[in-house]
Amino acid sequence: MSGGSSSAVAGVVAGPAGTTEGSSAMMDGQAEAYNFAYLDEETKRMIRRALLKAVAIPGYQVPFASREMPMPYGWGTGGVQLTAACLRPDDTLKVIDQGADDTTNAVSIRRFFQRTADVAVTERTAEATVIQTRHRIPETPLREDQILVYQVPIPEPMRFLEPRETETRKMHALEEYGLMHVKLYEDIARHGHIATSYAYPVKVEGRYVMDPSPIPKFDNPKMEMAALQLFGAGREQRIYAIPPHTRVVSLDFEDHPFEASKADQACALCGAEDSYLDEVITDDAGTRMYVCSDTDYCGTRQAAGEEAR
Amino acid sequence: MYVAVKGGERAIDNAHGWLAEERRGDRDVAELSVAQIREQMALAVNRVMAEGSLYDPDLAALAIKQARGDLIEAIFLIRAYRTTLPRIGASRPVDTGAMRCDRRISATFKDAPGGQVLGPTFDYTHRLLDFLLEAGAEVPEAETDEADMVPKPRITEYLGRDGLIEAEADSDAEPPDMTRAPMAYPADRALRLQALTRGDEGFVLGMAYSTQRGYGRNHPFVGELRIGAVPVEMEVPELGFAIEIGEVVLTECESVNQFAGSKTEPAQFTRGYGLVFGQTERKAISMALCDRALRWEELGEENVGAPAQDAEFVLSHADNIQATGFLEHIKLPHYVDFQSELELVRKLRREAGAADAHAEAAE
Repeated sequence: MSGGSSSAVAGVVAGPAGTTEGSSAMMDGQAEAYNFAYLDEETKRMIRRALLKAVAIPGYQVPFASREMPMPYGWGTGGVQLTAACLRPDDTLKVIDQGADDTTNAVSIRRFFQRTADVAVTERTAEATVIQTRHRIPETPLREDQILVYQVPIPEPMRFLEPRETETRKMHALEEYGLMHVKLYEDIARHGHIATSYAYPVKVEGRYVMDPSPIPKFDNPKMEMAALQLFGAGREQRIYAIPPHTRVVSLDFEDHPFEASKADQACALCGAEDSYLDEVITDDAGTRMYVCSDTDYCGTRQAAGEEAR
Repeated sequence: MYVAVKGGERAIDNAHGWLAEERRGDRDVAELSVAQIREQMALAVNRVMAEGSLYDPDLAALAIKQARGDLIEAIFLIRAYRTTLPRIGASRPVDTGAMRCDRRISATFKDAPGGQVLGPTFDYTHRLLDFLLEAGAEVPEAETDEADMVPKPRITEYLGRDGLIEAEADSDAEPPDMTRAPMAYPADRALRLQALTRGDEGFVLGMAYSTQRGYGRNHPFVGELRIGAVPVEMEVPELGFAIEIGEVVLTECESVNQFAGSKTEPAQFTRGYGLVFGQTERKAISMALCDRALRWEELGEENVGAPAQDAEFVLSHADNIQATGFLEHIKLPHYVDFQSELELVRKLRREAGAADAHAEAAE
């Protein structure tokens, strides 16, 4: 792992371990019956081992014995397990969904770690040591001492081209990515453009083709960053990683180069022209406004703007 | 100010409060106790234990109460609880041949040694709503008798003696555990059986049914179905011998299937196997049929492309907790990905419009 303050260190136990006291010990409101950050230390060790392998082979999907978590599969169980395996008591956690800290599932996951790990939480990107995200990369550039944990629904970039895991594993092993290029080419032939706007496939360090999770392709260029990026797919039992400063190239063709696109507007609240925007319908007549999807970025800019006035 | 999903924290708290209120229902109606569920909704409890992979009727009953009777939600609660339990060891294999049978039937032999025992079954009831139950009529106590204590060896052992059914290879190998290791394909039979026994009853039933209707037909008979309690023994290292630590009720089904034989092997019957926690016979029979269908390769049969023959398809979609979670996650906001799709579609439409205009101008 990189030397960040939140790197995985085995054996950190804050709460009392063990839950053998019988069926009634786990009633709601008795979070203290659980180990620090919910998972037992054996499970964390298993996940950390998978993480080490993932960091050593950037972009490679490492199978891991994903556990059943107290939130549903498909709602971030992979990311939650990675966060649980990385968290230390002195960490500061930020959780976002669609770029925002106050969306319902982000609230739920943040509360889960407040309850089971009692860590500090923040909405400020710059103050967080661990950031768990669904579908976005924060606009504020991340640093070496930060970890970005992605929730991943389908880790296999070629799953919709080949449904069988036994086949796609073979294709990765042989570096046989023709199918993916054919798909992109067919898009261009049919639409004039590559018709993938999110979960846009990338090639990591010139070897593995990887699914960046359903982030908009606007975020793809940010993946070459200083922070460690971890990807967790709980239901599909896969972990992968991009170590700091790793080469991440979005797949494209010479005559159809990759383009990171966003709405051609500025944020109606903070005026940012460089951030990813959500389109918000404001009345029955279909009037629209565009606002930053990254709520911390937008809020910070608005506050700075008011100060300057 | 501008997005409806803001204010998540308070909305979640209020939703939880409302849920608790709905769970309690009309306060003029007596509250259901966990013991009542355990005793009177026993088959629901059994299903939750089987698919939750945790044998504890009290916890299963609590989960059913907490889940408002939604069994998949109850199974989910049990699974999430089970994850947190430390493993202190493994039991010895249970001996289902020595089961204290509440029910034991064979469809292949009329006069099975040890006898047929119908037990508490719905099979021959007429499905007429019993309004006496609604009226709260006293339930007369059933007649009882001493247990017959007659040994009830497995039916397939009789076929096995004459070589009429394939022999199961003995193995002391530790079986794999899909809850501790990631699923990998091809999956061996022990792993497939584990996935099936905790798989969704409806899914496994549907898969089994499809084989009966011709999608990978395998001509099954219920060689034997038995339900009852078996002792669970565990070797304790400090003692150096095995001690009985409790009892579990199991349902076991062995199907007997046709097999025409091959160049190297004469014709004989083959087996499908089902073993499930609790009284869960629909599930156990379904499991046996699915198991048999998935064995096409080792038995040298043809893959006719039937869904029930496809291990990766069956095993990766049998788990209702995985399925329901992923299915329901599409309720979560997806407006970032949708926004990017929206922009792409607008762009493609704009270009198509420009091309049309260009074509018209040229005409």
